[in-house]
Amino acid sequence: MQLIDQHSKRIMEGCKERAREAGLRFDAETLEYIVTNRDLLELSSKSMIPNLYDYWVHDVEVLREKGRYDLYPSNPYETVINTRPVISFYNDNNPDWLNVMIFYHVLAHIDFFQNNLFFQHTWDYDFNGEALADKRFIARLRSDKGRWVDYVIEFTRGIDNLVGYFDELSRLDQPIKNDDDLRLDFYFDHFLQSELGINQSEYLKEIALYNEFLQESPDSGQQLFFSRVSKAWPEFDEKYKSWLNLRESSKNRDLLEFVAEHSEFLNRYENRWMKSVMEVIRKTSLFFQPQIRTKIMNEGWATYWHERLFLEDERIRGHEISFSKTHSQVASLSRLGLNPYALGLRLFQEIEAAAEAGRYSFEFERILDAHERQGYCREGVSGRKTLFSVRRHLCDSQFIRSFVSQDFVDRHRLFVAGKRLKRSKRSWEYYVKSRRAADYRSMLLDKLYHPPRIEHHIDDQGKLVLVHRFEGKPLVEEYIGNTLLGLEYLWGRPVTLETHRVVEIKQQSSEDEEPEVTWEKVRYIMNSRKLSKRRI
Amino acid sequence: MKEKQRGSRERLHMKDKGGERLDHSMEKAYRGRLLRQGIDSAEAGLPHLLDGHDLLAVQAMSRPQGTTAVCLRSLEELLERDRQREKDGFPRKIKVGRLVRPGRGTKDRITVVPTTVEEKLLHDRVRAEEEGGGSGGSGEGEEGEVIGERPIDDPASEGQGGAGEGQGGSHELESDAYEIGRILTEQFELPNLRNKGKKRSLSHYTYDLTDKHRGSGQLLDKKATLKKILETNVSLGNVPDVRRIDPTRFLVSPSDKIFRILSREREYDSQALVFFLRDYSGSMWGRPTEVVVSQHVLIYSWLLYQYARQVETRFVLHDTEAKEVQDFYTYYNLRVAGGTRIVSAYRLVNEIIERESLYRDYNLYVFHGTDGDDWDKDGGDTLPELRRMLDSTNRVGITVAGSPGQSGRSNLEAYLDASRLLKQRPESLRLDRIDEDADEQRLIQGIRRLTSEDTRTRQSAEA
Repeated sequence: MQLIDQHSKRIMEGCKERAREAGLRFDAETLEYIVTNRDLLELSSKSMIPNLYDYWVHDVEVLREKGRYDLYPSNPYETVINTRPVISFYNDNNPDWLNVMIFYHVLAHIDFFQNNLFFQHTWDYDFNGEALADKRFIARLRSDKGRWVDYVIEFTRGIDNLVGYFDELSRLDQPIKNDDDLRLDFYFDHFLQSELGINQSEYLKEIALYNEFLQESPDSGQQLFFSRVSKAWPEFDEKYKSWLNLRESSKNRDLLEFVAEHSEFLNRYENRWMKSVMEVIRKTSLFFQPQIRTKIMNEGWATYWHERLFLEDERIRGHEISFSKTHSQVASLSRLGLNPYALGLRLFQEIEAAAEAGRYSFEFERILDAHERQGYCREGVSGRKTLFSVRRHLCDSQFIRSFVSQDFVDRHRLFVAGKRLKRSKRSWEYYVKSRRAADYRSMLLDKLYHPPRIEHHIDDQGKLVLVHRFEGKPLVEEYIGNTLLGLEYLWGRPVTLETHRVVEIKQQSSEDEEPEVTWEKVRYIMNSRKLSKRRI
Repeated sequence: MKEKQRGSRERLHMKDKGGERLDHSMEKAYRGRLLRQGIDSAEAGLPHLLDGHDLLAVQAMSRPQGTTAVCLRSLEELLERDRQREKDGFPRKIKVGRLVRPGRGTKDRITVVPTTVEEKLLHDRVRAEEEGGGSGGSGEGEEGEVIGERPIDDPASEGQGGAGEGQGGSHELESDAYEIGRILTEQFELPNLRNKGKKRSLSHYTYDLTDKHRGSGQLLDKKATLKKILETNVSLGNVPDVRRIDPTRFLVSPSDKIFRILSREREYDSQALVFFLRDYSGSMWGRPTEVVVSQHVLIYSWLLYQYARQVETRFVLHDTEAKEVQDFYTYYNLRVAGGTRIVSAYRLVNEIIERESLYRDYNLYVFHGTDGDDWDKDGGDTLPELRRMLDSTNRVGITVAGSPGQSGRSNLEAYLDASRLLKQRPESLRLDRIDEDADEQRLIQGIRRLTSEDTRTRQSAEA
């Protein structure tokens, strides 16, 4: 791996200036490396993070990354990684015009990483730097503990898709509350309502009283109010304290944190190192979470900008044809199959046009006539501004839900492709299944990354109980055993999992009808490395 | 008349059902294979929504490839790690990946990929055999209009036997079968064969000081020389009393000196000839075939190592009739729909053995893969041929690949049990039944059952 030469770097800096002028926002510092195929071999197994910890499964996975995305949010062969400074990778022999296109693509990715709110938890530190420290830490542990380090990595990775990514985000987003605010919350939200159970008029009187106190003395009003409260209800302070404790302990903890915190086994002196390993895995998983949840937007955004900025760039006039060829390979809608670049690009273009034509308005929504909708054009808002706001606030699932409309599906002649077995010819037959936006949307949503929601608690006997929240999908049954086995090791006691499994699927007489599925609720119990299953 | 009509109607009905069963197993086989390949099975070959990467899509770089040597080395390390796992009380995790179609003409080469799965709690599809949960598409076409089709066994998209689809193909490493045989023997603790049976000279030689020569040579053979001198002197009359020999009176002639000289020695090696028999009838379509062939490739590799490459192979396919095919490629890929008469294959093997007098010169092995269906329901024709075959071969191993949960035994198993051949001749006849979705570990275990010298293994397998 070596840095790109000065000539290319100069081109990159030129691209940065133009991208900034167009409105993209990103850090000034970036690192660009040339990678060979040999480098790629090593990098892709580590999701392109050069300093990621070593783990033997990475070596095996070099050989097969098909279907990886479903298993683990990662980005083999991604050009840009979300570190500080941002690192990007390039082919050795790209011509200048192609580099310009790729640089714009990369800059848009960087803009996305650094501005989309779903990446918020990655903004304040350099993942690559921390990964290096973690890698050394794990290497040192390995020399001490040997293969047991790998077992802990393996078992933790078994549950690393259950990290509380959204909890982590919402933690960042919560306003910091001081003691006064909390006391106020407790008094009005809990104490008056659930503890005292006063009626509405009394409740309103209390609020009025509180406001009076504040009006009389804005500085010490609250204090005076609560000293009155303490006098009236001497138990108030005690109750408040215990509420605070309860609140602290019931904070959302994901499964990894929970196990690390409550496992007797892990908290033994000689096993404490395992918790540090688990934390490394957890952090890594959290880092990759937003990437997989914003794939369509991210690629669409980058494609939108490289197209636009390339065509405006005066330095490489004369390469438009080569550009169009490459660009269309990336961004063409395929006849069959899905392409995140094409879909994302079309959606962003649609959003820009719709915003400018004023189509995001109540008035437009009320029009039912398709013909009239097509020709609708009013004074709208700035398309660019809408784009940037979408880029900041949404992730893939929201993006698809909000913007894949019937108009969009019609305009680009999109359809859901079905597939059926043609017995006589021994072949699969593809056909146009539906052109309805609702179907197209749900087909897309179904393809997005969606780990199961699994809640956890401890039962009376110290068993760790996992409850899979039913969403009409079973778990991959053959993976349950080994996952629970690893979890049992970390937990040090039996682990149970409640979930649903498919008992029977009844085909309906007509092909269009959804078959009837019979479900059964089961409990898997992992005890002393033996898995048993019981119906409940 | 009415009776007759009803009879023919019923027959028709049954025929329909048969067809349905065939189609069902075909679908199942196909989908089962897809499922194995990854989660997004419903549209293998179509680009997945989350499956684009900048380096490949925008920069048009090619996927990196590992080299054979590196991967084989890592395979060994991985297997070592795997054994350690077992000792530590955790299940094994490495699978010797799919064995892949050998190219035409290069039947000595097969392909292996070590694979592993990181198990997590993941959502599965409700119906593995979903009629395409749907993918996206764009362009012309009314709802319901067919826009294209692809053969189920399209090698470009699927790869029978898991040749790895699309770009995946480039990741597999090639190695020769010998190397894999070694790994199988060493790492998977497959039994070593006792050398038995006939031996035949082969075209390689060693040189050793084995020949004697009078008068000159490389090394004086003292004992022989002394004998010779004594002999000469006895005949000359220099030894009047044999009980009191006086060596000082001996006359020593130069021609009495006996030397050892280097000479070319023929090396004797045992060698093997393996018959691979495969049922390629309609009922074998899909996964059973894959299981059987994968196992045969493994057996071939293992024998190749055991006999230090002195293995010859013959391939026989049968449905109602048997025929010999030239190479593994054909053996692997040919398929046909038809009924099954196992006897045809056994008879052909016996004929070949007899015609070419193979039993004199070779350790003969016969491995037969089938789903156990046989038109010869009570084995009346098959059993005599099988007995004949057992007399001339070292081992006959039969693999019955059945669908999981298929209750009851197949015809073949039933009449073999009735004949008590398995009990009477455990040293030369073995049978192993595997589910059609067995993984490589199971296949290797199967080989152990089919080939081990220990008859107990077979019994425990039966238990």
